[in-house]
Amino acid sequence: MGPNALHLKMSRSNLMIVGAVFLCLFACLSAAAQVEITGSWAARNHEFLTGDGLPVDFTGIPLSDEGRIRALSYSESQLSMVERQCQGWPAFYLVQGPFGLKIWSETDPLKGNVISYTIGAWEDRAPLTIWMDGRPHPSKYAEHTRAGFTTGTWEGNTLVAYTTHMKAAFLRKTGAPSSDEATMTLRFYRHGDILTVLAIIEDPIYLAEPWILSRSFQLSATSLPPTGPPCLTTYEGSTAQTAPHYLPEKNPFVDEMTTKYGVPRDAAIGKPETLYPEYRKKIPPARLVP
Amino acid sequence: MRVFSIAALVTLLFVAALPRAAAQDRSAKASAPVEFTGYWVAVVTKDWRFRMVTPRKGDYQSVPMTQQARKIADAWDPKADEASGDQCKAYGAAAIMRLPARFHITWQDDNTLRVESDAGMQTRLFHFDSQPLSPGARSWQGYSMAQWQTSASLKVATINLRSGYLRKNGVPYSENAAVTEYFDIAPLPGGGQVLLVTTIVDDPRYLQQPFIVSSEFKKEADGSKWDPTPCTSK
Repeated sequence: MGPNALHLKMSRSNLMIVGAVFLCLFACLSAAAQVEITGSWAARNHEFLTGDGLPVDFTGIPLSDEGRIRALSYSESQLSMVERQCQGWPAFYLVQGPFGLKIWSETDPLKGNVISYTIGAWEDRAPLTIWMDGRPHPSKYAEHTRAGFTTGTWEGNTLVAYTTHMKAAFLRKTGAPSSDEATMTLRFYRHGDILTVLAIIEDPIYLAEPWILSRSFQLSATSLPPTGPPCLTTYEGSTAQTAPHYLPEKNPFVDEMTTKYGVPRDAAIGKPETLYPEYRKKIPPARLVP
Repeated sequence: MRVFSIAALVTLLFVAALPRAAAQDRSAKASAPVEFTGYWVAVVTKDWRFRMVTPRKGDYQSVPMTQQARKIADAWDPKADEASGDQCKAYGAAAIMRLPARFHITWQDDNTLRVESDAGMQTRLFHFDSQPLSPGARSWQGYSMAQWQTSASLKVATINLRSGYLRKNGVPYSENAAVTEYFDIAPLPGGGQVLLVTTIVDDPRYLQQPFIVSSEFKKEADGSKWDPTPCTSK
């Protein structure tokens, strides 16, 4: 081996080292752009997100006319039907329900990258798996489930997850409906020990505009369970072959929000314009005075 | 070869550190990771009955109040607040982002972000460059210190408040309350932007635990719907 060959070999070595440093630097910076979201996140129910205190409380939901008709036809007695007792709530419920989040990840044992994050189930909500490995969403004809199908990516320090393939279900437990065409975009923002989840729900059938809502959780040293207790069906008074419901204009609870809380009917039945400040100016003064 | 490698590593690390060092030297306005300025409208998709109408006395659901706070709230008298000139108690920094309102965010100068509300006609100033030299007079909006986060968020810490209301029906926070907020921006499907504000109110006197809520806003193209209205206690 002559001096030129030795020099060439050294130059190649140097280039490899520089390349390795570049790769390491890039990898380190990329890794640093992500935050840890796994762990137990306790619910801080300082906002009334479930909205299930009264049968007709669709305040804050921008329902379409179709959605409103369906919502007002719903009777909560349907939940006494044996076949519906364990139907559970869709993935939206993780930002509405009163429970915390237990999040864990699955890691590729060879490459070390995260394949998926899973948000544990509750008794009435299926676990939500967020696939991080770049797999595509299935065909629109594929099976729809309660949890749906979710993929995720990191945008800086924000985990962004997109859910499709959810079964037709409910936007709110009291009967505001969601179709099987509904989708949900979740954005997870971690600020110290606070995790705020922003959900943007779209439904071309039952929503007049995207429904935007968020919820914060607090990191918990106490481990939350990854699943809830099993749901068991039993006889609850519902007779076979009946589906409790209300015919149009016959829902007896439609004015309960008005009489109890002074909420105008248009707001209680989820008219989209009631979500914006100018609507407050249309409320009769008598309703604003407690 | 070893010398060359070390030199290369040092050079690379130096180059990688340059943008951060440069950002520290620049003003808050110049180093803003995202654009918060513009008109934003509150979208009241939750807690509607606590925010769009004035809740009835005694309707304190979801707020982790102390017994002392409950006594004060039970004595809420909006007419007395009006009479004493305290009709802006529900428009203080701890609660203002929960109001059905529009907010106009601008740069007052290179290191001060100005946030105005049309409801209540309040002005908040987010100071990026200074700590308060002296406590000064307490005010509804207090003194806010701001900093950009590496996650492209804006963190705002507010102190020196006048005591006010978390909700219009007299749920109190004390003058020693500390408010921490995080501002984040997200794209809205089909175009547009969402501003997400996470608010944490610490007040050991009137809250059993930090009060944590988040509020959503949509960006508007202009100020055509801007409608300044004075504070009201009802």
